[in-house]
Amino acid sequence: MTGFATPLAGYLLVAALLFAIGLAGALTRRNAILVLIGIELMLNAANLNLIAFWRYGPNPQALTGFMFAIFSIAVAAAEAAVGLGLVISIYRHTHTTDLDQMNRMKG
Amino acid sequence: MGVIFYLLAALTLAGGLAAVLLKNTVHCALALTVAFAGLALLFLRLDAQFAGFAQILVYVGAVAILVVFAILLTRGSETPTEGVFSRSWFVGLVIAAAVFAALGAAIVESAPALPGETAAPSVTVLGIGDALVTRYVLPLEIVALLFTAAIIGAVIVAMREKERAK
Repeated sequence: MTGFATPLAGYLLVAALLFAIGLAGALTRRNAILVLIGIELMLNAANLNLIAFWRYGPNPQALTGFMFAIFSIAVAAAEAAVGLGLVISIYRHTHTTDLDQMNRMKG
Repeated sequence: MGVIFYLLAALTLAGGLAAVLLKNTVHCALALTVAFAGLALLFLRLDAQFAGFAQILVYVGAVAILVVFAILLTRGSETPTEGVFSRSWFVGLVIAAAVFAALGAAIVESAPALPGETAAPSVTVLGIGDALVTRYVLPLEIVALLFTAAIIGAVIVAMREKERAK
């Protein structure tokens, strides 16, 4: 089973596909929580890219891409906490998580 | 590129697809957990043990639970009658397909020039900790500050507002 020229190309393709899936989810779903799930998938695809480039890059001992991925995981966790807090807060206000119905900026 | 890579890639992508496509929101959250676990296994395949276990701890352990909590707190588990996809779903699908086409074309085009199989780098937790407190100490401190701000911000945003004065 040698579908790709190099292992790195395989990982990059998986990451690109996962990113496209996450983007499609974020752009097409109605529920705000599902949009956040799509964003999380996109962030994870970026992490996979970072780790793959670190592993097959010229100088993996420098840990550069690896550290970038670790910090990216940390920032994504903070983003998820704040994002879900916002969804809960909006739900209390409007009693819906349907993004098609959130069409006014006035509270 | 062994069979294991294809199995893990299929597991991850199937989890991601299910998370985006399923109707029941709780099922979506569970499928998301599968995708996160598949990604953690891919990280382990890439000799990034620390990142793989951090992925399991942070995503499978914390973020997935947080998503389930948010779904239950907002009664999002009830499937809406008017469908789960927004009115402009077709435009979103086209944009996602265009982005994937651009990324895929770039990868396929540059595939022969990408570096091939290399020896696995020997990364120890000692080395990671050493790098975190020497070369990467400033990002580490900034992330610590970000976490403090995020915790306070999330609590304040989600805190129930006092009943307005009548």
